[in-house]
Amino acid sequence: MTLWLAIIAVAAGSFALKAAGPALLGDRELPPWSVGVIALLAPALLAALIVVEVLGRRWADLDWTVPVALAAVVVARLLKVPMLLAVLIGVLTAAALRALTG
Amino acid sequence: MTARGAESAGVGTVEGVETARQRFTGGMRVGAGLAVAAFVLAITFGATAKDQGWSALAAIGASVLIFSGSAQFTLLAALAGSGGAGPAVGAALLINGRFLPMGLAVGPSLSGGRFRRALQGQAVVDGSWVAAHLGGGRFDRWRMFGATIVQWPAWVAGTAIGVVGAPSADLVERLGLDVVFPAFFLVLLLDEMKPREARPARIALAALIGAVVAAALLWWVPAGIALLGATVGALAGLRTRTPAPNPPAEQPPAQQPTIAQPTIAQPTIAQPTIAQPPGAPAPGVQAPGEEARG
Repeated sequence: MTLWLAIIAVAAGSFALKAAGPALLGDRELPPWSVGVIALLAPALLAALIVVEVLGRRWADLDWTVPVALAAVVVARLLKVPMLLAVLIGVLTAAALRALTG
Repeated sequence: MTARGAESAGVGTVEGVETARQRFTGGMRVGAGLAVAAFVLAITFGATAKDQGWSALAAIGASVLIFSGSAQFTLLAALAGSGGAGPAVGAALLINGRFLPMGLAVGPSLSGGRFRRALQGQAVVDGSWVAAHLGGGRFDRWRMFGATIVQWPAWVAGTAIGVVGAPSADLVERLGLDVVFPAFFLVLLLDEMKPREARPARIALAALIGAVVAAALLWWVPAGIALLGATVGALAGLRTRTPAPNPPAEQPPAQQPTIAQPTIAQPTIAQPTIAQPPGAPAPGVQAPGEEARG
């Protein structure tokens, strides 16, 4: 029961967090000074997401095969490999490295 | 990359270039990739929840209602840590705090009255939000809806499968599936780096600050809070004035919006020095700490 209450509370809170910005702004534009900042939210968050995925809490998840696999993804994209295929290359690189190094 | 076709027409005139339906299906295509990653992650969520004694219904219900990996994993971990339900809910919501600035960012790109916009804002999830970013702080809402709508069933289905019979963490790792998410975010980040924006150096700087701050914070706080903290990287955009109407000073000649060119601009760390526009305002790049205080 407590579990369900917690789930519902988090769901409602997330709903509110997502709703707040659009609802408060309505059809107004953001103030000009903030536009430059907003535009850079995506790259800042993305880079952070990658770091979070790779390092984990207290950097405990760090595994050398992951950065190598990600480097393979970058190379694949430089060679204009399509998005999903590039991700697959990363996955296969990690799998292969792990199989080889036991 | 796939269907960011609208960008060539300039940020302001996206409407009408592609129909809403085309943008929606374009979003679904990107969303398919995100959905694969979400599916894999959801399997781990389902399996972990089951492990910790959640009922199958509670685990699936959480995915249906919350639909946020970071918050759900936090709730899971915090409840297991026996700190009580209140703090667990608080932690999960703090982690989703990033949806507040993200919602503000998409706000002007949504449509309708406040209530409608609030509902449309529910389509904000990390991957879709990024995929819908047209540059310059503008978002394609149809693209975001399309990308989100395919991820939700994948997230729920993955959870269900995880609850019923999850592959061991060991198998996931042996198959390299743990790389799916970072690889996907990396592809999206590389996409952001395309010099379709006037300031590739700023973008790289924001990414660099975001990465460094996240890495540092991760030592002390859970992932979601590190993510929230990493948004200070966006303050690198504070001194940029809105779409600079003086391209001659800023842009080197022969800057064509080709598809071939963007990929050159990849190396995250090396880029700022290369791409510093000669005509950049004198104060230049401030120390991020300075701006954070302001």
